[in-house]
Amino acid sequence: MPRSLLFPGSLAVAAGSLFIALLFGTFPISVAQVFDSLFFPVPGIVQDVIWRLRLPRAVAAFACGGLLASAGVLLQVLLRNPLADPYILGVSGGAALGALSALLLGAGLVFTNLAALAGALGAIAIVFALSFRAGDWNLHRLLLTGVVLSAGFSALISLTLVLAPQAQLKGMLFWLMGDLSHADHSGAAWLLLALVLLVFTFWSGSLNALALGALKARALGVAVTGLQAALYFGAALATVAAVLLGGSIGFVGLMVPHALRLTGVNDHRRLLPASALAGGSFVALADTFARTVWAPQQLPVGVFTALLGVPVLLFLLSRKP
Amino acid sequence: MLHAERLTIAVGTRTLCRELDLAVESGECWAVLGCNGSGKTTLLHALAGLAPAQAGRVSVAGKLLADYSRRSLRRTLGVLLQREDQEFWGTLADYVMLGRYPHARSLFGWDASDEEAAERAIFAFDLEPLAAQSYNTLSGGERQRARLAQLWTQNPRFMLLDEPLQHLDLRHQLQTLELVRAATRGEGKAALLVLHDLAFASRCDRVLMLYGDGRHAAGAAAELLQPERLENLYGCRVRAFGSGPDAHFLPVI
Repeated sequence: MPRSLLFPGSLAVAAGSLFIALLFGTFPISVAQVFDSLFFPVPGIVQDVIWRLRLPRAVAAFACGGLLASAGVLLQVLLRNPLADPYILGVSGGAALGALSALLLGAGLVFTNLAALAGALGAIAIVFALSFRAGDWNLHRLLLTGVVLSAGFSALISLTLVLAPQAQLKGMLFWLMGDLSHADHSGAAWLLLALVLLVFTFWSGSLNALALGALKARALGVAVTGLQAALYFGAALATVAAVLLGGSIGFVGLMVPHALRLTGVNDHRRLLPASALAGGSFVALADTFARTVWAPQQLPVGVFTALLGVPVLLFLLSRKP
Repeated sequence: MLHAERLTIAVGTRTLCRELDLAVESGECWAVLGCNGSGKTTLLHALAGLAPAQAGRVSVAGKLLADYSRRSLRRTLGVLLQREDQEFWGTLADYVMLGRYPHARSLFGWDASDEEAAERAIFAFDLEPLAAQSYNTLSGGERQRARLAQLWTQNPRFMLLDEPLQHLDLRHQLQTLELVRAATRGEGKAALLVLHDLAFASRCDRVLMLYGDGRHAAGAAAELLQPERLENLYGCRVRAFGSGPDAHFLPVI
């Protein structure tokens, strides 16, 4: 992909995905009506559907995808492992366990989110404490701790599902698969996304050097330990924000950075912002599918991120370099 | 001057080098010789501030390593690592450009002086035809030259090179050594090279020998590069051919 087209292209795709998210839904709205209510809003049902229902959800989906894709990029640099995705550190497992326990106790939305937050922060703290010893990172231990912790959480999640009464089971499954139907307050998520992008695009020269290995990065003058800690917490917080908004939406954090790399975008100066835009567009589109394919029944968006993402990634992998 | 005072380095419980006093002056080219595992790389890392020494201190241009800011240290003191097994995402030119990291003034992209330094280094190491090629498709020797070119792009006054000639063909070994000589004699830089090839060591000004048991010897190349000393160092029989900077040494088979 020509470098000069990357950002105009990604921005166009982002705008297009948001537009599609506004256009499609159970209530029929024409292209002209979307434009009208966006730029010359007139009170009425069309405006309500666009401004109260579809726009907040599309915007939340976009933030969610942007956060997950950015977290994926950061973790792939930190762990220097192409299989790293935002859930590898056990953040989503902790959040899911917290949320499901709250749902099991019959808690409402607010308390469920608080419990998810507590679970996620707990997981972050455990992994950090076990892998950051005496001021030095042990990345293998970081990876293994995350994987082991995730396995533990998934056992506890299974237990919760078995113990849960039938009536709550569906809500729990939606939470686990990733679902954006309750996502309409995404202000905090956008703030965090902007912060993560700003900080790490600012640092992208150091990310490029760190991708060559910690010793090499130190030999070039990178503040390696500080940068690694920042990457860990940046990625973890981005994941928490995304998970609180939409549950464990899978595949975005792994697939989007790889897809961009396969099309030749590798320099982190471009990869990080481009991943955020592509990840956002991808989840916004997947969520539009999830809302409309089986309408009025709403499906979990996580199913569609995988269903849409797998063929794309397989196609990119099968191309000759 | 790169100055080590009473530097002791150890790996685990083994003391490899005890109380080394070393002064590498501007314009000098040093060869570090020793058996495998005798602590050459560990010493280089300690001198570069990449690994802590067990005791002693290192200063560059009259200032302790710890008193430098990270990036200004790397503008003054550069390292060529022995091993760097990472994949790299970009082209050879992108890779060489990373040598400008400690010099970077702008956040996005590089300025004209950075581009110029990278172009000069790519030209110096015969890498122009490969500049646009993906780094991962390069051969071992081409990567080694790319690493050298990155160090030249970094352009430090003191260079620590860990086996700079590895993977290089004969012509490029010679070319690299000539570029090191040009940097030291011509531009007044200082270089410390870990070498295994004694023919190239004899073209250096001074030699540091590490015996791996704490003992070490330093001195003028002509003085230290004697068959008896080398036999003692490597533990095999060595015969000398020629003398002075043209001396060659081969093991007696």
